[in-house]
Amino acid sequence: MRELRYREALREAMFEEMERDDRVFLMGEEVGHYQGAYKVSEGLLDKYGERRVIDTPIAEAGFAGVGIGAAMVGLRPIIEFMTWNFSFVAFDQIISNAAKVHQMSAGEIQVPIVFRGPNGAAKQVASQHSHSAAPFYTHIPGLYVIQPSTPRDAKGLLKSAIRSNNPVVFLEGETLYGVQGEVPDESVDELIPIGESRLARPGTDCTIVTWGRPYYTVLAAAEKLAAEGIECEVIDPRTLRPLDTALMVESVKKTNRCVVVHEHWPYGGPGAEIVDRLQREAFDYLDAPLERVTGLDVPMPYALNLEDKVLPTEERVIDAVKRVSYSK
Amino acid sequence: MMMIRRFEEESARNYAKGKIGGFLHLYIGQEAIAVAAAEVLEDRDYIFQTYRDHGIALARGMSAKSAMAELFGKDTGCSRGLGGSMHFFDVERGFLGGWGIVGGHLALAAGTAFKSKYLGEDSVTVCFFGDGSTNIGGFHEAMSLAGLWKLPVVFVCENNQYAMGTPLERTSPIKDLSIKAKGYGMVGDRFDGHDVEVVQECIAAAVDRARSGGGPTFIEILTYRFRGHSMSDPAKYRTQTELDQRKQQDPIAVVRERLLGLGADENTLDDIDLEVDEEIDAAVRFAEESAPALEEVMMSTVLAPEGDS
Repeated sequence: MRELRYREALREAMFEEMERDDRVFLMGEEVGHYQGAYKVSEGLLDKYGERRVIDTPIAEAGFAGVGIGAAMVGLRPIIEFMTWNFSFVAFDQIISNAAKVHQMSAGEIQVPIVFRGPNGAAKQVASQHSHSAAPFYTHIPGLYVIQPSTPRDAKGLLKSAIRSNNPVVFLEGETLYGVQGEVPDESVDELIPIGESRLARPGTDCTIVTWGRPYYTVLAAAEKLAAEGIECEVIDPRTLRPLDTALMVESVKKTNRCVVVHEHWPYGGPGAEIVDRLQREAFDYLDAPLERVTGLDVPMPYALNLEDKVLPTEERVIDAVKRVSYSK
Repeated sequence: MMMIRRFEEESARNYAKGKIGGFLHLYIGQEAIAVAAAEVLEDRDYIFQTYRDHGIALARGMSAKSAMAELFGKDTGCSRGLGGSMHFFDVERGFLGGWGIVGGHLALAAGTAFKSKYLGEDSVTVCFFGDGSTNIGGFHEAMSLAGLWKLPVVFVCENNQYAMGTPLERTSPIKDLSIKAKGYGMVGDRFDGHDVEVVQECIAAAVDRARSGGGPTFIEILTYRFRGHSMSDPAKYRTQTELDQRKQQDPIAVVRERLLGLGADENTLDDIDLEVDEEIDAAVRFAEESAPALEEVMMSTVLAPEGDS
């Protein structure tokens, strides 16, 4: 094992998969000569040239559609959105075309494509640049939605996404790009399966399900709670569609309580889906209502003091855990 | 052309009988375009069309049985009853779909053309759409990228004068749509669509250009649909006089007249019509008798099987 940043892990995944398969190419705004708006694709142009690392004009619907068309006839595109906020102008391409053509063609056409880029709030980028896009895409049958929290998961899941025969929405995080973590050595071709949750921290008293940026908020909160004698078990779904609840259910059977912590808004989305499934699949084991700590139900403000309030905080996580533990 | 005409007429009858559901957009009046394009293209080429897709599918060689069964929502249909009128597919023949969102499929066509270029293949993509598509963003972005990257694609605007019920003069600031080509750095062409030979010649020129590395072409073909936008449209926005005038240039009548002028035997042409009628009757019987669409196919085609990547 060695330590890599999340950004480097993603980059390695792309290098390895492009090396392995000529059909894989990267397309997006500033991915080539600029070396990536967030430097995820740094060095790829130098190695693979303009044939396979393709800078585009600012035309998300256009290049998302080009990618889907190319995938329909056998290529395996990686389409980078500079941020997922800009995917909304390509929404129709992803929803009406990428997710639907396999079934509309009675299974004749496959769309092996990855749409990837940073998702969620960065820092003070305000209302239009801070969307947590998971709820929009997890709603759609025909898509996989992946949101890795750690460098290891980022690499292993991106490799699986590129090798998948289906369209994948791959949600990264600008604030996660600099996070360091253990990643297997280069000699290890680790593919992390799509649709498997991971136990991030063992515990006995309360289950917390979380992913993306709040994953780190939750781990910090769990340490503070441990100091007070409450041991939280943290589970990261990693893939939001399809959703693997088996590990969560097992955990709740042990802890009898659960808090779901996510950045996206509270109305619907994977957070609400997890709560819905757990109340059915673990009903007899719950000693308290399921709770959620979410991004507040407002457009993202610019002012830092307000942004800090909107995103899930350690304090709100600690409060929720104490509420379901009846210890406050 | 007769096959398409009769197929569409029979579809309309069966829609009225309640055998066909949903939306049904007929190609009657525009047949020369699909037939000419199919004649020009090679097996390895790709075709995209809007929801008005029966004509090109049949011209490309899809059987009337497979097409009619799809309209009837049967498992024997070209999309196994999962697509319907708007979503015909025939991957084997390079027909990559009828698409239902105006402007949404143009970028896909640029994508298959991108693949041809990426792999150094000489296949060409032809993408059909209506005059209504030329105002939406999807048109602009697909044309921009195809022009920028010199992709082997031919964009064919079938200008049938109406975006649903709104005439071109109320949707477009310009009358000659082909001048848009210039803004995308590609060749533009504009011609009348009622003469199948003219259409064939002009499309062939664009396809040859694409195949030989000369980049994309934007073609505007002036045409007219004799029916409403879809089955629910009585087309009250146009006059009977206009329709009658247009029918003077019925592409099928034009070609029949020419064949007779060239010495074709009238009986031979009538026999062809009869054969077509029989084939369409057989298609309806086949569709009627086929098994309904299957739930297991619906469930197993949401996602593609994994492995072998």
